[in-house]
Amino acid sequence: MTADVRVDDPAHPAPLAPLARLAHLRRSPLGHRAEEFEARSVPGPHGVRLREVPYLAQLNLRVDPASPAAARAGRVLGTPLPARAGRVAVTGGVRVLWLGPDEWLVVGPDGAAPAIERSLRQALDDEPGPAGAGASAVPPASVASVVDVSANRTTLELSGPSARSVLEQGCSLDLHPRAFGPGKCVQTTVSKVQVVLDQLDAEPSYRLLVRGSFAQYLADWLLDAMEEYRRGDA
Amino acid sequence: MLLIACPWCGERDETEFHYGGQAHVAYPADPEALTDVEWGAYLFVRDNPKGDFAERWVHTAGCRRWFNVVRHTVTHDISAVYPAGQPRPSQESRPQNEVTA
Repeated sequence: MTADVRVDDPAHPAPLAPLARLAHLRRSPLGHRAEEFEARSVPGPHGVRLREVPYLAQLNLRVDPASPAAARAGRVLGTPLPARAGRVAVTGGVRVLWLGPDEWLVVGPDGAAPAIERSLRQALDDEPGPAGAGASAVPPASVASVVDVSANRTTLELSGPSARSVLEQGCSLDLHPRAFGPGKCVQTTVSKVQVVLDQLDAEPSYRLLVRGSFAQYLADWLLDAMEEYRRGDA
Repeated sequence: MLLIACPWCGERDETEFHYGGQAHVAYPADPEALTDVEWGAYLFVRDNPKGDFAERWVHTAGCRRWFNVVRHTVTHDISAVYPAGQPRPSQESRPQNEVTA
């Protein structure tokens, strides 16, 4: 089993194939509860649905937003990095979430992480730092990094007419359309759990990116909060 | 609960933040030259005013950035919020992102 797993050697980067062959072994934090989520989702005009979207590619990008490298990273991604707090840029299947004044989370489909990471590293290449170490003799004006953090969080998708109402039971932020909506994201707490909350559309549907070790608790809390909306349709 | 205006994220609940103690405590220019008493004072002795106090906060559950807050220790009124590294604003020239309590 371990014969294909090689120790990282910078001179001979390990091929991706062995990892891909192990893909059937991976377990998402909530994979075993998919049927339960389906059964406890509430249909109807006041309904709300919960499902896990496992294995999304997530890359943490840090770069000075005023630097040429940030502009190049934007061109590689197909959209400028969102400059304003709590904004999301959408390009193809990739969403670029603002996390901080020099920090973004690039969220893409399962399996896209290596390709996105490679192209971002090339884009950042003349910036000194982890992503472009040694590429330039110029004294560092800024540093940049791109790190694959896909395994850090799993994603819960909460959607349906009552989705906002469910979230509001555990989140003190104003999620009303006058203050929040598609194209916006926040890092906050939902029922005391840190999440990255990203609104996908106006239905509304939301993505909650949550650490794997908190996912069970958050899912339990959401299912409990969804329960009361079943009554109206019974 | 305090409502603290993060310079980046806007107003958020106090529970999203962590407290960082007194702001503007400068690291000694030559720590080796300090006596034990002076070093102890640098490490442990802090102001304890009854009134406006400049202190550090970090938006732990949000953008994870440090910034400074001027808070009244009796009323909890926050009179100024400004980025780390900037001098404490005077009462007369408060920054634009001040919180009106």
